Amino acid sequence: MRLELLEKIKDNVWEIPKKGDMIVPGRIFGSEKLLREMDDKVFEQVTNVASLPGIQRFSLAMPDAHWGYGFPIGGVAAFDPDEGGVLSVGGVGFDVNCGVRTLKTDLRVDDVRPLLRKLVDTFFEVVPAGLGSRGEITLTGDKISEVLQEGAPWAVEQGYGLEEDLAFIEEGGVVTGADPDSVSETAIRRERRQVGTLGSGNHYLEVQYVDEIYDHEIAQKFGLSLGQIVISLHCGSRALGHQIGTDYLKTLAKASRKYGIPIKERELVCAPINSPEGERYFSAVNCAINYAFANRQVISHLVRVGLKRVFPDSETKMLYDIGHNTCKIEEHIVDGQKKKLYVHRKGATRAFGAERRELGKAYQGVGQPVIIGGTMGTASYILVGREEKDSAFASVCHGAGRVMSRKRAKKLWNGEKLIKKLGEEGIIIRAHSLSGVAEEAPESYKPVEEVVDVIDATRLATKVVRVRPLGCIKG
Amino acid sequence: MSASFDYFEHGADIGIVGMGDTLKEAFIGGALALFNVMVDIKSVKPILRVEISCAAFNIEELFIEWLNTLIAEADMRDMVFSEFEIDFLDEERLHGYALGERLDPKRHSLKSEVKAATYSMLSVESVDDLFVAKCVVDV
Repeated sequence: MRLELLEKIKDNVWEIPKKGDMIVPGRIFGSEKLLREMDDKVFEQVTNVASLPGIQRFSLAMPDAHWGYGFPIGGVAAFDPDEGGVLSVGGVGFDVNCGVRTLKTDLRVDDVRPLLRKLVDTFFEVVPAGLGSRGEITLTGDKISEVLQEGAPWAVEQGYGLEEDLAFIEEGGVVTGADPDSVSETAIRRERRQVGTLGSGNHYLEVQYVDEIYDHEIAQKFGLSLGQIVISLHCGSRALGHQIGTDYLKTLAKASRKYGIPIKERELVCAPINSPEGERYFSAVNCAINYAFANRQVISHLVRVGLKRVFPDSETKMLYDIGHNTCKIEEHIVDGQKKKLYVHRKGATRAFGAERRELGKAYQGVGQPVIIGGTMGTASYILVGREEKDSAFASVCHGAGRVMSRKRAKKLWNGEKLIKKLGEEGIIIRAHSLSGVAEEAPESYKPVEEVVDVIDATRLATKVVRVRPLGCIKG
Repeated sequence: MSASFDYFEHGADIGIVGMGDTLKEAFIGGALALFNVMVDIKSVKPILRVEISCAAFNIEELFIEWLNTLIAEADMRDMVFSEFEIDFLDEERLHGYALGERLDPKRHSLKSEVKAATYSMLSVESVDDLFVAKCVVDV
């Protein structure tokens, strides 16, 4: 991206000045280096989003941003329904409520190393992953509606996980306003046997250990200590979300024409929040949010089963579960006024600060854990939400962000060799697709520490601990 | 020529291209490219036949609708496809068949799941007597 097109507000904060039909300016978070390397398409997409009706303050992009569908991946925008605000498929994405969950164990890195191969093999066996994988649960009839309306609490009721897990999921693992009638028959048929499956692409299940602590006080409050083993999983609403995205692109394309909303890129199609089409789409998104929460809850149960097989005395507790492809109703202050806004986060994580009552007993007074997934060969970070300055609607990045196409990655790396190389570094990879491993080579992503350091420096969220991978399951 | 396919670079996902002497062949090429992202299509026998019917607002959107209908049909039937036939195609409607078999991770060399065919980089055009249909698929 050409820096001369941007106005530097301060270190790590850049503005795209308002011009043409932009309603608000654009804001991009990033160091000079990250911005220079950032795709030009991010500039274009941030600008396009800035012209959508009812947008508030800024159209935002995070330091891991790259070219997406309508919105950039790493894009955030908040809309006021009373000012004609809209809902857009591009602002949520095809994998609704894709997110990360981290489980804390009472194991130490030295306990696990001798049995690491066995542990990773066990997870590979018990957690279904990869193309066409099916879970052990088959949903029929009313059960489907129950999952879509009840989310993670449904899974707990069926015996997957613990009641106490729910306090450590955004929204307690269930959002309201999810009417199953807003979801197509095709979407429902596709998801019947996918609860408790990981998927493929950049989704993963990782055995990690805490290798650095930046904030001892918060780490203690999060229950994290040096050398501790944690398990993180990254996945979403599987085919249900994919089909909802596909279905509603068509519905909202018609709605954009009906309501005369000018669209600059096909995936930016949208409908007013206060319209029948907008209400139905939001309801379908809520169904998929609940489904993804249930999916991660069932996978957590499978993780516990796997862990107990290898370490029978181990105990596992939740750190947190966050979504990064969502649209949520939240309160934010805009120009000194408290407003109820629809916040789209496409490849961006919510980072609520200590005062937010939504965090409940678990993290009110502390700030929410913000889990930023890296790559299978580098590191991931756990931060704490701050919301101190340039609030960015309480949002931060979601990962490292790709810098290289999958096609190029496959030319440069071979899955088998990569697994061997990482094995020599002490990281065990088990994958259903070797070409998938090559596509996910660590070098095809931005350096995650550079991305996280930008967030830390802006104090949108601050670093608490770094975790390194020991083992990784890929789809 | 018969239907053929290729790929193009995209920052995070995969660009697919279908080509042929006719529009039907270009659409079939796109479908071959799509399923070859998911599995090695050479390993999939065309033993089961599924009827496909779809409609859209214009020819570009019809290409996306064709691909997304194939993704959904394959997923609902636990299948993968490796051959396609189109017996009717105009600007807004398509009728045809997809042929393949039940997905078998032991025999089919698995690659990536595709979430959806997207409108990104979408085009359907004729270039020097060659019909070309392309788009980005989200993986």
